[in-house]
Amino acid sequence: MTDQPGTAAEPILTVRGLEKSYNKLRVIQGVDLDLHRGEVLAIIGPSGSGKSTLIRCLNLLETPTAGEIAYKGRRVENRFQSRGGNIGCGELRRHVGMVFQHFNLFPHKTVMQNICEGPIAVLKEPREEVEARAMELLGKVGLLDKRDAYPNHLSGGQKQRVAIARALAMRPDVLLLDEVTSALDPELVGEVLQVIRLLAHDGMTMAIVTHEMAFAADVADRVAFIDGGVIAELGTADSVIRNPKSERLQAFLSRFNA
Amino acid sequence: MPYKWDFSAVLQYWDLFAWGLWLTFAYTVGSIIIGVVLGLLLCFGRLSRFRVISGLARAYQEVFRCTPLLVQLMWFYYALPLLIGVTIENYVAAMLTLSLYAGSFYSEIFRGGILSIDKGQTEAAKAIAMSDRQVMWRIVIPQAFKRVLPSFINQSVIQFKNTSLISVISVGELAYMAAVVNGQTYRPLEAFTVVALLYFVVLFPMTQAADYVEHRMRVSD
Repeated sequence: MTDQPGTAAEPILTVRGLEKSYNKLRVIQGVDLDLHRGEVLAIIGPSGSGKSTLIRCLNLLETPTAGEIAYKGRRVENRFQSRGGNIGCGELRRHVGMVFQHFNLFPHKTVMQNICEGPIAVLKEPREEVEARAMELLGKVGLLDKRDAYPNHLSGGQKQRVAIARALAMRPDVLLLDEVTSALDPELVGEVLQVIRLLAHDGMTMAIVTHEMAFAADVADRVAFIDGGVIAELGTADSVIRNPKSERLQAFLSRFNA
Repeated sequence: MPYKWDFSAVLQYWDLFAWGLWLTFAYTVGSIIIGVVLGLLLCFGRLSRFRVISGLARAYQEVFRCTPLLVQLMWFYYALPLLIGVTIENYVAAMLTLSLYAGSFYSEIFRGGILSIDKGQTEAAKAIAMSDRQVMWRIVIPQAFKRVLPSFINQSVIQFKNTSLISVISVGELAYMAAVVNGQTYRPLEAFTVVALLYFVVLFPMTQAADYVEHRMRVSD
C-alpha cells in the first residue's frame, strides 16, 4: 500500500447518513459507507433499489438531500470550488472518476481527444505528457489502433474501454463504475470486465455497481447489497454472495445462478 | 402580341444594382452577426435558472417572432421616434430591426440545439471535473453547433431575402433598386427579373456550400 504513515486506516471516501429524495420518493434512506484505499467494493441489488443513485452521489452528480460525504477526511460541499478545509465537487471529481452505463464518450472527439480532454482542459497538463500517458492507457485497454477513430465507429465494448481510459487519464484515486456492462451485447461483456480485473489487480480503488454476480464475487473485496435505499447486507464477497443471510438477498441472488 | 424582352434599358443601370446588392450584403452580414450575438444571449437567458431572466428572454422572443418584420420596421422607423422624441435614421432602424428579428429566431434555433444534446454528455464532462462553463463551451456547444447548422443556414438565407423589406423605409438595397430602375425605364418585368436572378445567384451557391460543409462535418458520425 502507498498510504502515508498514520493515514493507513483512514478511508478515502466516507459516507454518513446519506439520503436522497426526489420530491416524496426516498431513493436513498440513510447510508453509511467507507471506501478504503485499494479496495474494490461491489454494489448489488434489485432495479430501483438506489444503487446508481448512491454511486452518483459519491461524485456529486446527484446532490444528496441529507448526510455527509468526506474525501480523505475533507468534507464534500455542494459547490464547485473548494472552500476552507472543505472540498468542492470540482476538486473531488479530479480524484474520483466515473464510468457510465452508456459510455457517454464525446462523439465529436476522437478516441485520443476523449482521453486527453480532462487532463489538458481541466488539469492543464502539457499535451505531450498527456498524449504519452493516453497511449499507455490505450495499450492497457487494448485499443492502440483506435486512437484516431471516432466513438461512433467503435463497438460497445471498445467504447466502454475508451471510457475507462478517459477516466484513468485523470489519474484518479477512486473509480466509480455504474453498471458499465449493462448496455453491452453479451459477447462484449468479457473484454470490459477483463480491463476492470486488471485495474483491481493494480490496486485501483473502485466502487462498482453491477449485475455480474460472478464477477462481483471474484473481484470485489467487499460487497454491499442495497435494498429499498439502505445497505441491507455488507461484507466480504464470500459472506454476501456465497452465503447470503437474509431471504431478500437469497431471493435476489437465486435469479443469477451465481 | 407576345412580350418583347429588352434588358438593355435596365442593364444601363447596372451600377444601381451593384450598389443595391452591396447594401443587401452589408445588411445581411451585419444583422446576422448582431443577431447571432443576441441569439446566444437570449438562448442562455432562456436556459437560465433565474425566472426573471428566462421570462424576459421569452417575452422578447415572442414579441419579435409573433409580429411581422414589415410592421416592426415601420414601428421602429415611424412610431418609436414619436415615443422617445428622437429621430431614427432609416439605416439605423433597418439594421436594428433586422438584427432584433434575427436574434429572436436564432435564439430558438440555438436553444433547441443545446437541449438536444444528451444529458450523458454533460454528466461525462462533469465527471472529468469540468466547470459548467467548460461543459458548455467544450462539449455541448460544439455538438449543438453541428446539429443546428442546417437550420442556422436556412434562417440566414431567409434573412438575406428579408432585407428586401427595408426598401419600405427607403433603404437603397437590391429590391429598392429594382423599383428605382423600373421608375426610370418602365420595364418592371426586366428590372424585377434581374433582381430575382441576383438574389438567386448569390443564395444558390451558398445553400450548396452549406450542404457541403454539413456533409464534411459528418466525419465523426
